[in-house]
Amino acid sequence: MTEFLQQLINGLAFGSILALIAIGYTMVYGILRFINFAHGDIFMLGAFAGFYLAPKIAALIPLPSIAGTLVVLGISMALCAGLGGLIERLAYRPLRKRPKLTVLITAIGVSLFIEYAGQFFFGAAPKKFPDILPVWQVTRIGGLSLNSNQLVVLGVSLVLLLALRFIVLKTKIGTAMRAVSFNPEAAALMGVNTDHVISFTFALGSALAAAAGILWAINYPSIDPLMGILPGLKAFVAAVLGGIGSLPGAALGGIIIGVTETLVSGYISSTYRDAIAFAVLILILLVKPSGLLGKKEIEKV
Amino acid sequence: MLEIKNLTVNYGAICALHGIFLSVPAGSIVTLIGSNGAGKTTTLKAISGLLRPNSGEILYAGRNIAGLPPHAIVAGGLSHVPEGRMIFANLSVRENLQMGAYLVRDKKAMRQELEFVFATFPRLQERERQIAGTLSGGEQQMLAIGRALMSQPKFLMLDEPSLGLAPLLVKTIFEKIVEINRARGLTILLVEQNANRALEISQFGYVLETGKITLQDNAATLRQNPQVRSAYLGGG
Ligand SMILES: Nc1ncnc2c1ncn2[C@@H]1O[C@H](COP(=O)(O)OP(=O)(O)OP(=O)(O)O)[C@@H](O)[C@H]1O
Ligand SMILES: [Mg+2]
Repeated sequence: MTEFLQQLINGLAFGSILALIAIGYTMVYGILRFINFAHGDIFMLGAFAGFYLAPKIAALIPLPSIAGTLVVLGISMALCAGLGGLIERLAYRPLRKRPKLTVLITAIGVSLFIEYAGQFFFGAAPKKFPDILPVWQVTRIGGLSLNSNQLVVLGVSLVLLLALRFIVLKTKIGTAMRAVSFNPEAAALMGVNTDHVISFTFALGSALAAAAGILWAINYPSIDPLMGILPGLKAFVAAVLGGIGSLPGAALGGIIIGVTETLVSGYISSTYRDAIAFAVLILILLVKPSGLLGKKEIEKV
Repeated sequence: MLEIKNLTVNYGAICALHGIFLSVPAGSIVTLIGSNGAGKTTTLKAISGLLRPNSGEILYAGRNIAGLPPHAIVAGGLSHVPEGRMIFANLSVRENLQMGAYLVRDKKAMRQELEFVFATFPRLQERERQIAGTLSGGEQQMLAIGRALMSQPKFLMLDEPSLGLAPLLVKTIFEKIVEINRARGLTILLVEQNANRALEISQFGYVLETGKITLQDNAATLRQNPQVRSAYLGGG
């Protein structure tokens, strides 16, 4: 029982990181109806931003510390938000009126570009992510040892997801995001500059991916320029599983994949751990083709 | 207030508007009638910036707005109720109205506008929290018009507001259009298939046929025109 709880917490922590990434896929899909395959690489850049920032921050705020971690997290998120907006501006906006396939192939190109540029600038060899967060072992509750890192991952993810929910549902720009995703022409007639809203969406998704990168690196401190590929793919699967375009769906999909993968590799076999996400996806899509919380949608003209 | 000169719009190789001239004086209601595919929607979309004209001028309050992006045109006080209403079905009635006031910074002005819309269409107030996609067709049309009013326009374009509505509601919608025109001195360009009703409330009318203006006259005269009567007024 305690072991199960332990695994469950591991799974939730992993799942909430996937959820943070999955949100970016689903938001961009919701607005532009295409999959931004370069999104996983923003996750990687988030981790590397933290890697290079940590020593600089340490000069101002002693590390490891909670305050320092939050500063590293905040700056990495801001940097990646800017970068996400820039990628949209340079790579995707010029293709706005082109077929979706063109944009999709461009996204794959952007992804490869970031990965190779990463290898060039950061080096291909894995790097050790610095210890920015103080680790303390939360008291064992009946043999259950809670690693503080995982609680931080869970806590920070929860706060970020709630913040996102607030932005999307309660603010003006969030309402505009929902309006643009429903009908960009009508939103433009309201005076919305749709390009700004699209940039904002990329920035927001990228900030969350960067946060996921930092949280990931705190837990698995070996980072490399290709580290975004697999989590990116799994988060994409999570977004589809939850119903692409649906924000709660992306969060739920991330949690489901994270928990299932952790439990299956803990109890059954870890040989196929990377295939588990896809197995879950196939099962759920067989029962519900639009994903768990997805709406059936007629392809728009 | 609006002056269109030699406006041409193409969809790829297809020419939808062949150099039309049209003018809407301040404070008036002008109707544009024409059969399906004549180019009425194309005309409105070119004015509101959803389509880029290939040539010609669209002078709004003396300024050429041809080719500007839609958000810049709305900012100038021009509001377009599109064909098919295009309300945001995923947002509540209130959020739809808030989107209409997207460019209105002044909170107080926005509240006043909301009051005006609710006074004009009390039904919308009753349904404030409802998801707009679940409104009836007539309510959706009221919402589309209300939403367009939220931007505090000086010039309003309506694309077939009576489409698909029951006769009684059609009557209400036309009454509201007159009311808005009078109460706010709002200039209106109306596109309608329901030509008789539309000309009844207008001062001036244009007939568009396959991308060309073929007739233009005072609304009352146009209603008596035998050609118009047989083609658009069903002999009535
Ligand atoms: N996106 C488009 N691509 C190509 N052709 C188009 C497009 N939109 C409209 N057209 C064509 O342009 C012409 C004018 O269309 P428009 O929608 O302006 O007509 P309308 O007068 O509004 O008709 P209706 O009364 O049926 O709404 C039509 O022949 C139509 O087929
Ligand atoms: Mg039309």
